[in-house]
Amino acid sequence: MSRYRLSDEDLKYAVEFRANPLGTPSPGLQRVLNLLRGGPKKGKYVLIVKEPFRRWNLGRMPESRGEPIEIISEIEYTDLAEAEWDVFKRRWKESTGQDLEQELA
Amino acid sequence: MTRILAYTDRISVAPGGSVQVKVSCDGLDHYHARLIRVIQGDVNPSGPGYREEVVDLDLGGPIPGRFQPIHAGSYGIVEGAPPLDMGKSFSMQALIWPTLPGCGPQTILSYEDPNSCAGFRLYMDAAGALAFQVTELQGNSDSISTGSPLFAQRWYLVTGEFDADSRTLTVFQVPQISTPKVQDRHKNSKVSTIGTFEAGSDAVIMIAAHSGCERPALEHFNGRIEAPKIFTRLLDEYEKVNPGTAEDRELIAAWDFSVGISTDRIIDASENQLNGLLVNLPARGVTGHFWNGDEHCWKNNFDHYAAIHFHDDDLYDCEWETDIEVKLPDSLKSGVYAVHLQSGSEEYYTPFAVRPPRGTRSAPVAFILPSASYMAYANNRIGIDVPETEIVTGRLVQMNPIDLFMQTHPEIGLSFYDVHNDGSGVYYSSRLRPIVQMQPRQIGHLGGVGSNLWQFNADTHILGWLDQLEQPFDVITDEDLENEGGQVLEGYKAVITGTHPEYYSVGMLDGLQSYLNAGGRLMYLGGNGFYWRVSFHPTLPGVIECRKSEDGIRVYPPPPGEFYASFTGEYTGLWRRNGRAPNELVGIGMVSQGFDCSSPYILTEASRDPRVSFIFEGVEGPVVGDYGLSGGGAAGLELDATNHAWGTPPNTLVLATSERHSDLYLMTPEDMDDPAPGLGGSEAEIIRAEMVFFETPKGGAVFSTGSIAWCGSLSHADYNNDIARITGNVLQRFLDPTPFPVM
Repeated sequence: MSRYRLSDEDLKYAVEFRANPLGTPSPGLQRVLNLLRGGPKKGKYVLIVKEPFRRWNLGRMPESRGEPIEIISEIEYTDLAEAEWDVFKRRWKESTGQDLEQELA
Repeated sequence: MTRILAYTDRISVAPGGSVQVKVSCDGLDHYHARLIRVIQGDVNPSGPGYREEVVDLDLGGPIPGRFQPIHAGSYGIVEGAPPLDMGKSFSMQALIWPTLPGCGPQTILSYEDPNSCAGFRLYMDAAGALAFQVTELQGNSDSISTGSPLFAQRWYLVTGEFDADSRTLTVFQVPQISTPKVQDRHKNSKVSTIGTFEAGSDAVIMIAAHSGCERPALEHFNGRIEAPKIFTRLLDEYEKVNPGTAEDRELIAAWDFSVGISTDRIIDASENQLNGLLVNLPARGVTGHFWNGDEHCWKNNFDHYAAIHFHDDDLYDCEWETDIEVKLPDSLKSGVYAVHLQSGSEEYYTPFAVRPPRGTRSAPVAFILPSASYMAYANNRIGIDVPETEIVTGRLVQMNPIDLFMQTHPEIGLSFYDVHNDGSGVYYSSRLRPIVQMQPRQIGHLGGVGSNLWQFNADTHILGWLDQLEQPFDVITDEDLENEGGQVLEGYKAVITGTHPEYYSVGMLDGLQSYLNAGGRLMYLGGNGFYWRVSFHPTLPGVIECRKSEDGIRVYPPPPGEFYASFTGEYTGLWRRNGRAPNELVGIGMVSQGFDCSSPYILTEASRDPRVSFIFEGVEGPVVGDYGLSGGGAAGLELDATNHAWGTPPNTLVLATSERHSDLYLMTPEDMDDPAPGLGGSEAEIIRAEMVFFETPKGGAVFSTGSIAWCGSLSHADYNNDIARITGNVLQRFLDPTPFPVM
């Protein structure tokens, strides 16, 4: 679990991630990702495969074994980079309260 | 949805033999079955394409579907107990070390009529306090609790008794260590409302569960139980407080779990000899109440290992009925096969190997199907239980239908990458249950950007490559190697490993070493091989044990005093901690793992050595393998490198090395004696895959790639690439009987 806290200094890493969500991150972006991708199992964003390699729903993990994974069927992706960026923005907002699209506009 | 599940009784069978397929359907009336040969299981549209070959064999059908349950949870059962008799006073006593008190009722010891549930039961109640219950034949029951929850991972002597004269029920819990400000020693008594009890009914004694009508066992205990005893008398106060002091008077049974640790039997030390059977393999060879750290091997002091650790999620054998018996044609060629079950959009594959008949070979090449490693990873919950998986893979975790199924059906059992519900490590893993990840078409979590395959399906990259080469090959499983040793490899011109043959028993290692000692040629086409020592059970089929002692990349450390396998008494852990590092066998050993992107290899000066000119015919270099389905490169996922201190032979040529990986690649803990900054793949020099070659005595040789990702590159550009060329060149030379020069 990361103790790092996001600040405006990290907006440049959001820009870096948006440009290449599936690339190899800089050390600064990796630190941001360690925070955003960390955290407990409960509520963790995942992708639900609707069609392998082609279509995914957003999903969220439950806390315990035996409980179903929540499938958010109204949110669908056809591109993994798009999915990564969408989840990045959601986590950024949950972590800072900031709307990343507005911050970067 | 995953509405068909299946498993086979065997993982390896010769032509002419039979395989029993056990099937469970959830709400499906019928299904169809066919036998296929698995050729290429990768369904990635960027890959070579899924391929299978249907065997012309009528398996009957459509076959009626039926549901067969999985009853997870371990317990002991003793048949033939004396009839219940409430005309006599009665006591139950045990030492216990609960791990999940307060998580529902959990039975310690029960003595019941399985039909009416009449009888006695000593248990923890829903709040985690010791309780004792009596139930009469008419179904009326009465119970008493101390009302004081037990603490987890603390030893208690617990007693429940029924005074036949006064009709009094008593429970007494006594912690074995007194702790200031902790009030968990409690006794409680009451006069029971239960009236009479008819003697003479049938009785079954169960340990760590009690009998149920709708399933074999209910309310499993989580934690350790030691020295359970049943008396037909009351115990005095001294006996209730001091473990081991109860005199053997009027004794029904006194089980001694220090006897038969390597078995699934429990032994009653009383003259009644009410011996029993353990179901679903609870952990044995675990430290008990008397363990004090003086001895770490159970074989040297049984008394200190007189406990059994029960879990409500243990699973050994589903014990399903057979639905299909597949009689294999005598002419069936060796290969990896599966029975494919299908009902509409629902399907399931149950793979197994068709090996050549014992003592024969049907091809010059043997592929060792790493079935022990498949068992080790069986139904692993890395993607669903471990929140760090997203960080270490560098991307969102994708949940496939089998993951959704495993999340809601944890009864399907655990792997060596999981912990039990009580947080203790998994010591045993079996194949006598559906292994949903061991199927063609399945996608994993650790296989890197691209196809993301792991273990079985990743190994079909090798099967597909051999098939397109039209190279005849035999398939030998780890269990064949374990059972028959090096004899099963005798005469093969070349032997090929899987992509990740991580788990090896001493028998398997001896077998492979003896093949090499006799002049064999080994192609190690993977990474992190020969890493953990495992033990097959001496008598129970289809199950292995692994305790990850000392260090290594692992989900949990076994607790102190539990580094020896209960199946065999072997010291466990890394093979390099057992004096047989993989470097000795294949020149390289595990140095790092990361699961995002893979890298290319860079050929070294040694690649131009005349000794290895055959390997690089048609290869320009210096960069090779900057493509692939397993992370986009040939060097990735788990990496091996040379280390002469660990036994890399001095004649080893390092032909190529990967030079830079992402910082998601980290050093292994066993190499991290003194952590310092710069441990990631972009900085640490140790993090690299090394492709090596060396000659062995008697004209043999070893070629090792040091990367799980290697075989994901074979099919690139329709198999017309340097990785396929190098691998093919090695295979062709290894098939040439001309000995490799020793001098």
